[in-house]
Amino acid sequence: MQSTIQCNYAFNIPGIRYLLPDNSAQSPLPETISDELLIRAYQHMRLIRIFDQKAIALQRTGQLGTYPSCQGHEGVNTAIGLAMHPDDVFVPYYRDQATLNLRGVKLSEILRYWGGDERGSNYKNCPQDLPNCVPIATQFCHAAGIASAQKIKGNKQATVVTGGDGSTSKGDFLEALNLAGAWHLPLVLVVINNQWAISTPRKAQCNATTLAQKAIGAGIPGVVVDGDDFTAVYDQVHKALQRAYLGKGPTLIEAITYRLGDHTTADDATRYRAREEVENAWKTESVTRLLNYLKIRELWSEEREQQWRVTCKETVDVEVKDYLNTPPDKPTAMFEHLYETLPRAYLAQYEELAVSTREDL
Amino acid sequence: MNAIASTHITRPVTLVEAINLALAHEMQADETVVVLGEDVALNGGVFRATVDLRKQFGLKRVMDTPLAETLIAGMAVGMSVQGLKPVAEIQFMGFIYATMEQVISHAARMRNRTRGRLHCPLVLRAPFGGGIHAPEHHSESTEALFAHIPGIRVVIPSSPARAYGLLLASIRNPDPVIFLEPKRIYRAANQTVENAGQALPLDTCFTLQEGQHITLVSWGAMIQETLEAAQQLAEEGIECEVIDVATISPLDRETIICSVAKTGHCVIVHEAARECGVGAEIAATLAEHALTDLRAPVKRVTGYDTIMPYFKQESLYLPTTEKIIKAVKETLDYD
Ligand SMILES: Cc1ncc(C[n+]2csc(CCOP(=O)(O)OP(=O)(O)O)c2C)c(N)n1
Repeated sequence: MQSTIQCNYAFNIPGIRYLLPDNSAQSPLPETISDELLIRAYQHMRLIRIFDQKAIALQRTGQLGTYPSCQGHEGVNTAIGLAMHPDDVFVPYYRDQATLNLRGVKLSEILRYWGGDERGSNYKNCPQDLPNCVPIATQFCHAAGIASAQKIKGNKQATVVTGGDGSTSKGDFLEALNLAGAWHLPLVLVVINNQWAISTPRKAQCNATTLAQKAIGAGIPGVVVDGDDFTAVYDQVHKALQRAYLGKGPTLIEAITYRLGDHTTADDATRYRAREEVENAWKTESVTRLLNYLKIRELWSEEREQQWRVTCKETVDVEVKDYLNTPPDKPTAMFEHLYETLPRAYLAQYEELAVSTREDL
Repeated sequence: MNAIASTHITRPVTLVEAINLALAHEMQADETVVVLGEDVALNGGVFRATVDLRKQFGLKRVMDTPLAETLIAGMAVGMSVQGLKPVAEIQFMGFIYATMEQVISHAARMRNRTRGRLHCPLVLRAPFGGGIHAPEHHSESTEALFAHIPGIRVVIPSSPARAYGLLLASIRNPDPVIFLEPKRIYRAANQTVENAGQALPLDTCFTLQEGQHITLVSWGAMIQETLEAAQQLAEEGIECEVIDVATISPLDRETIICSVAKTGHCVIVHEAARECGVGAEIAATLAEHALTDLRAPVKRVTGYDTIMPYFKQESLYLPTTEKIIKAVKETLDYD
């Protein structure tokens, strides 16, 4: 005889946004959002947009290595950076310039990293944060470990980790998510779904309607936010952090946005992406959306805008100069930072390098 | 019909174009050959090694996978035991480590553990090595990791013609092959390649030039500097025998031993770190089998035993022509 098991499981992944693409707002904005916060966020987003354009120009003129543009990510990443407490730990991937800078990483350091200089990852102002992660998705496992340590130590801090839509296909992501749920880790996982993993579109990555619903299998909350709406991302990251601080465990946030530029300066997205799609994305992107909203609310004017752009250009120029004027690192640094004490076995090689580059021993 | 493979044209191509020619040729000749990996279909691969294959052979044979290296290698294992011949691309060798469990625990031992019932004729291709100003994790030369694994082959071409012939051989080979492409020389030079489906032998070194004074052993991109050094040394009357190892595992010991028996001197050049590198295996082989022929200790010119520096300093790490010349002279001065 056949018996049946009652399965009443259903799930609902909320999708959240307040600032609408048509420049209006679904009022009221969440109470975590003040006018000052909005202005600060906008200023940062504009700064990073201008920085990003400069970085691409530096690469094109041979003054920077391969560089991954963050155009389109400014809203999500600024929200993460502003919502985090300085004592939280940020575990980035490689397109998080806006967050890194808010964490205290100087723009010149970001340039140093992409300019091929290890010193760019020596974050003085956020010594607990991890450097860029280039292998996809491995950072989620690091973040799970950091959050475990935070929990074991009993401090009230949390960890925030980011990754792209492509990264959710890797076991690393799922294993970290699973563990975070089982151990109630103080972890916020933000998937920045910019629709593309190089030439692979989001749809070819995974058949699930949302990436946030992967949280269901791990037994944790998952939410979708409009990644081009700074306020929605900020509010959700803020809430997720509060949950984490209170020991209520992890949250998975999927921020839906668009990668406006090429994958990196080594890529040509016109090979695989329709122009129309990109043009449409430019109509709803986060920087202009917030600017328009601020103007409607009369929190920002055309005049302030002009002034701020000048300030941004000046700031970026100073940072670029700092980067370009950085004296080369010591050649022997590659040995000096390899072990705490250089094993004797490598001394001969160290000396060979030192002598051949005429350094003082 | 595939225009490239159907006419046996002979034309100058770069190394990466030669890879593409070989893939197209073999896909045309053998319909079980399939190509899979990240961005290989629509985009033709980030280095364009698989460009136009999708157009020629369709989506069923040229597959864009999700971003998941373990999956790519695991699928290749599954496809190959089903009679397909997968040629899987790992976008950069820096991301190949996630495949190692699949390669070592499954692909390499399928034949042995099933006593021949199943086997895994697959090819895992990956660009590797430094010198192109790439970001972190993109420039390492970690071929020795795979060379240590029994049951697989590790093949490294050093020119367009050898890339073409060795890739054909790798696809036709009945066992798994890790095919590592020295990306620094992907577009360094054109060479005439006859697209006639002629494979080159695996498991054998290629003697690129004969000489009586010293044997230079290298592979991959470093062959450029090695040949350059040999040429400069020739102007001083030093005749180098230059050996391109090509299949670094299993290693063709005989060619190297015979050469050293003739010259009595050997310098090994590779850009990977020295410790436990393939150069160590070659030096040990000479100690075992050519000790009495050696008139000087074997020297290695290699990358340092450090993490590959970011690109501002990668040239400090990579062996240079000058370093090779210096090592040759020190070796010859020994006796
Ligand atoms: C493990 C691994 N495989 C492949 C790559 C090469 N690669 C670099 S970025 C990228 C696409 C990543 O897409 P996604 O996670 O969506 O992030 P996005 O770049 O779109 O922000 C790939 C395939 C890599 N860095 N790491």
